[in-house]
Amino acid sequence: MANTIRIGCGAGFSGDRLEPALVLAEQGALDYLVLECLAERTIALAQKRKRLYPDLGYDPLLERRLRLLLPALVANKVRLITNMGAANPLAAGQKVIAIARQLNLSLTVAVVTGDDVLSLLTGDEPALETGNPIRSAGPILSANAYLGIDAVLPALATDALVIITGRVADPSLFVAPLVYEFGWATDDYNRLGQGTVIGHLLECAGQLTGGYFADPLSKPVPNMENLGHPFADVSPDGTAVFGKVYGTGGQLSLMTAKEQLLYEVMDPGRYITPDVIADFTGVFLTEAGPNLIQATGGTGVQRPETLKVSVGYDAGFIGEGELSYGGPAAEQRAVLAGSIIRKRIGHLFDDLRIDLIGSTAAHRTNFGESSPYDVRLRVAGKTSSRELAALVGEEVEALYTNGPAGGGGARKYLHEVVGIVSATLDRHRINPQLTIFKTS
Amino acid sequence: MAAFYTFNTKTLYDIAHARAGDKGNTLTLSLFPYNPKDFELLKEQCTAERVSEHLSEVVRGKITRYELPNLPALHFVCENALLGGVTTSTAIDPHGKTLSYALLAMEIDVEPFRDALNNQQ
Repeated sequence: MANTIRIGCGAGFSGDRLEPALVLAEQGALDYLVLECLAERTIALAQKRKRLYPDLGYDPLLERRLRLLLPALVANKVRLITNMGAANPLAAGQKVIAIARQLNLSLTVAVVTGDDVLSLLTGDEPALETGNPIRSAGPILSANAYLGIDAVLPALATDALVIITGRVADPSLFVAPLVYEFGWATDDYNRLGQGTVIGHLLECAGQLTGGYFADPLSKPVPNMENLGHPFADVSPDGTAVFGKVYGTGGQLSLMTAKEQLLYEVMDPGRYITPDVIADFTGVFLTEAGPNLIQATGGTGVQRPETLKVSVGYDAGFIGEGELSYGGPAAEQRAVLAGSIIRKRIGHLFDDLRIDLIGSTAAHRTNFGESSPYDVRLRVAGKTSSRELAALVGEEVEALYTNGPAGGGGARKYLHEVVGIVSATLDRHRINPQLTIFKTS
Repeated sequence: MAAFYTFNTKTLYDIAHARAGDKGNTLTLSLFPYNPKDFELLKEQCTAERVSEHLSEVVRGKITRYELPNLPALHFVCENALLGGVTTSTAIDPHGKTLSYALLAMEIDVEPFRDALNNQQ
């Protein structure tokens, strides 16, 4: 059994910075590097890409990230676990092999599939959010189950240096190597609960080390331009000490760790994953040194019998238009501009949104704050028609010559919208599979 | 009404930090006192009802408050708060990531705050 295992997290979302993972791979003395790159709707967008181009549908940054990281991973024998397979983990695995060949590296890649459960759904399953059948949300594009450690463990038992998955619950990407290395029983729910705390703290990468935290007045963080991403030294009993590579920017403190511990958590006493229902309420965080935080006390109870399924559906289009006003009566002119737009096209949308950026856009109120110097009108409408969505930006742009005085800087946007609803499936109906690719 | 950062006005920003998270159409807001001794003050003043009133323009559904004395922290789970949720919302910030600072803009009673300061000495 291993003594301590060091697991780093080098990306917390699909668009994350590239180089913090390289710093971890080169200087972090890691055993494992995890890249968590799959948000709820990312996989549905990837599914659309896969339909157009059957060789794609994996994370768009996979090639850039792996080309950068592979030499260091191979040289330092750091195992990579990533969900960058997105909607097409097999194509991602083949792509990584192709990159390794170009770099003259010898590599084994293990690919975990089985999360794509679209063929198992009838459409009559009730959506957790509404109770209505999921088919009523809109045309279904994708359905992916959140797999757990049981899907990843067989891949760890191979000699693969790189493990690629599609949808796996984020903390499970971290709990799996702990279970594998320490031989924890998969029904040792207190250990799995503590492992889930570790995974949860790491999974958003820079959000543990000062990102999404810094405030120059109340919570200053040094050298954010070079924010170091975190790692954890985990002992066989689950005690974890979190750190970052010496010399990187950012800050790992009790404050940053506390904020991340509760991030996106619903009931802190029942954090549900495919592996365990974890209890975060007994977690103790202590400072073990500068930029070193120890976490203990996570517990848990038996895992759920169903797995959550994230169902992507076609939700039409959102059109947006923006235009700025500055100086005296800027807000009043922006309000007039908004009312003109509402009178012209408001009736064509269920809910045409009119925001005043600089005043009430972000929080839907300004709690009585006085008028800002400049204000940016933003109009947004969601509809099933591409043409109608495009009209929003066109109408705002036309205010240049037909609207209030001094309107400038028009921008228009049109997005395809993928909605997400959730369902559940009996976990015994889902069969994770393992595929191995080798460079030679 | 409120001018947040003037000398006389106390808002949560002066004594606590916060983080926002999202799950579908649900917003989570965690609130942490800089000084653990202010946890009692936060528990007393930041009831689910008061936070609900403060965020009435944002949160349309129920707010459930959890207490985590180990950290210490208060955790608010706010239902129907993101205009439909990250994937289909027309809001400028569909995740509600900026909303931690909407909570921190909440005014708190100055006298109990002073008492808490005194208790530390």
